Amino acid sequence: MLLQVRNLSTYFLADNGVVKAVDDISYDLEEGETLSIVGESGCGKTVSALSLLRLIPDPPGKIVNGKIIFEGRDLLTLSEDEICDIRGNRMAMIFQEPMTSLNPVLTIGHQVMEPLMLHKGMNRKEALKECIELLKGMQMVGAYPHQFSGGMRQRVMVSMGLSCNPRLIIADEPTTALDVTIQAELLDLMKKLTRDHFTALIIITHNLGIVARYADKVIVMYAGRIVEKALTRELYRSPLHPYTIGLMESVPRLDQDIKQKLRPIEGQPPDLAYLPSGCSFHPRCRRAMERCRRESPTLREVSDNHEAACWIYE
Amino acid sequence: MNAHRHSYTIDASLPGPRSNAWTAFFTLMKHKVALAGLVILLGLLFMAVFAPVLAPSDPNEQDLYHVLEGPSLKHLLGTDDVGRDLLSRVIFGSRATLLMGALSTFFSAVIGVLIGLVAGYKGGIVDMVVMRITDTFMCVPALVLMLVIVSALGPGMQSIVLSITILSWTWFARIVRGQVMLVRELPYVEAANALGASGFRIMFKHLLPNVMAPIIVTATIALGGNIMLESAVSFLGLGVQQPTSSWGNELRIGYSYLEVVPLFSLAPGLMITLAVLAFNFIGDGLRDALDPRLRSSLGIRGNGYGRAGGTNAVVK
Repeated sequence: MLLQVRNLSTYFLADNGVVKAVDDISYDLEEGETLSIVGESGCGKTVSALSLLRLIPDPPGKIVNGKIIFEGRDLLTLSEDEICDIRGNRMAMIFQEPMTSLNPVLTIGHQVMEPLMLHKGMNRKEALKECIELLKGMQMVGAYPHQFSGGMRQRVMVSMGLSCNPRLIIADEPTTALDVTIQAELLDLMKKLTRDHFTALIIITHNLGIVARYADKVIVMYAGRIVEKALTRELYRSPLHPYTIGLMESVPRLDQDIKQKLRPIEGQPPDLAYLPSGCSFHPRCRRAMERCRRESPTLREVSDNHEAACWIYE
Repeated sequence: MNAHRHSYTIDASLPGPRSNAWTAFFTLMKHKVALAGLVILLGLLFMAVFAPVLAPSDPNEQDLYHVLEGPSLKHLLGTDDVGRDLLSRVIFGSRATLLMGALSTFFSAVIGVLIGLVAGYKGGIVDMVVMRITDTFMCVPALVLMLVIVSALGPGMQSIVLSITILSWTWFARIVRGQVMLVRELPYVEAANALGASGFRIMFKHLLPNVMAPIIVTATIALGGNIMLESAVSFLGLGVQQPTSSWGNELRIGYSYLEVVPLFSLAPGLMITLAVLAFNFIGDGLRDALDPRLRSSLGIRGNGYGRAGGTNAVVK
């Protein structure tokens, strides 16, 4: 087992109370596996990923509870130096904004070389050689980020993430800023590279198409909690949670009858500082019952490799 | 920061990027006022470096037949109260004045930038304590503090440089802190963090180059201000001591003879004005040149730092 997340909770202390951005989530990830975390904006996807690397700005954020066991060590108990040694080396992150995630005043080469020199103890010359290898197909290592297009920059980010051959890569909405053709190209590249090196991958996205194509298993998050956890095939064949069903129905499909209307999920995602009582989803749920208003459901295995947090499966 | 640029370019047939420094330099050249400042500054530097060659006579040599005289062929600017050639003294005076200005600016930049970086990056309690200390330094009246330090340590170049440094590091600290707080929140700093870069590395490798532009601008303008301060203290008689000449010094002695030989105080005064003006002009031009958003208004294509452009934000 490469990664075990247990009861992870990350809260933010805001003026108007405690924002439970990530609340009691648990999941496992094997070597070489691809996990996808999906959900609406502000459901805690990014915070849960940043928590893994302990990159939550403190204050106001704080990992209040849980364990993150990565390669046999609990990341939450490590010192700052030890975690720095894991970041970029054993576990790397690719950010969603390629336009701003590169330092504008340093050359591309400089930035790709940095993790190599930092973690692999390479000198300039070796790092440069490795960097040219990583960026093959891209001509200018001496160029500045502003001279690159969004797709090229995101490829640079991917190269940086993969440079130290980490065991786990977290890609936070890696394709949001890119156009569709580049998206596919980049994801295929990432998938190929991770498969070659047997690297585990966590893709955070709200694009269900990406999930279907690239992920082995899926976590659906709503209001900081996991509402459904399944193998990708399972999830698409028979989504269980009303929220997941709603998500699927709100995406247009090519094989759909043209007269059939899309069914959006009504309402807004809740304010994380003022969560509704009981199940956070009940005000928007079509199948809400009296019990949903009072009690919050926990994840339970509904069928093989398929868990959902909903009272209708009780 | 662009020194290694060429070593990274593999394919020589592709046009290399025009570095920021060059773009800034060309922009500066289009800025008429800054160009004038640069010309004046180069002239002053030339004068300071080649003083022994340029000066018509030894600055300490007395011509006792011509004391307190106006301009003549023998003494182009006249002589001072003990018969020394004024032109030579003004030329040699540039050395002390410019050196003190440069040294004090250098030291205050080093101290101020370090403090600003740490305060801006660490934030929280560190920032609060450091910035309150900075505020305290800022509310001490400049001249009074300088007079106290100089009279305690005795007049001379060291005490002048020390006292100016104590006074002017705060400018750098404030500006750097503000800029660092801005840049610190940008995604690439988080990205560097996620790659395992230590706080030290982030401060010096990622943040410092990004706040370099305002530092350069501040340094230029501070240079002018520091020359003013130095002259003020010298004018009060606590600067470098006779027989070494500095402009403030000459101005002070000349002031007593203002009605007899006006040029005696006018000449060094004019030099001070010129030097300060030159630095301010250059600072102005640099500010425009280093800010990509202002660059386009000068008819030069910026090198497009992207829409945010916050990396080189203007110094107010």
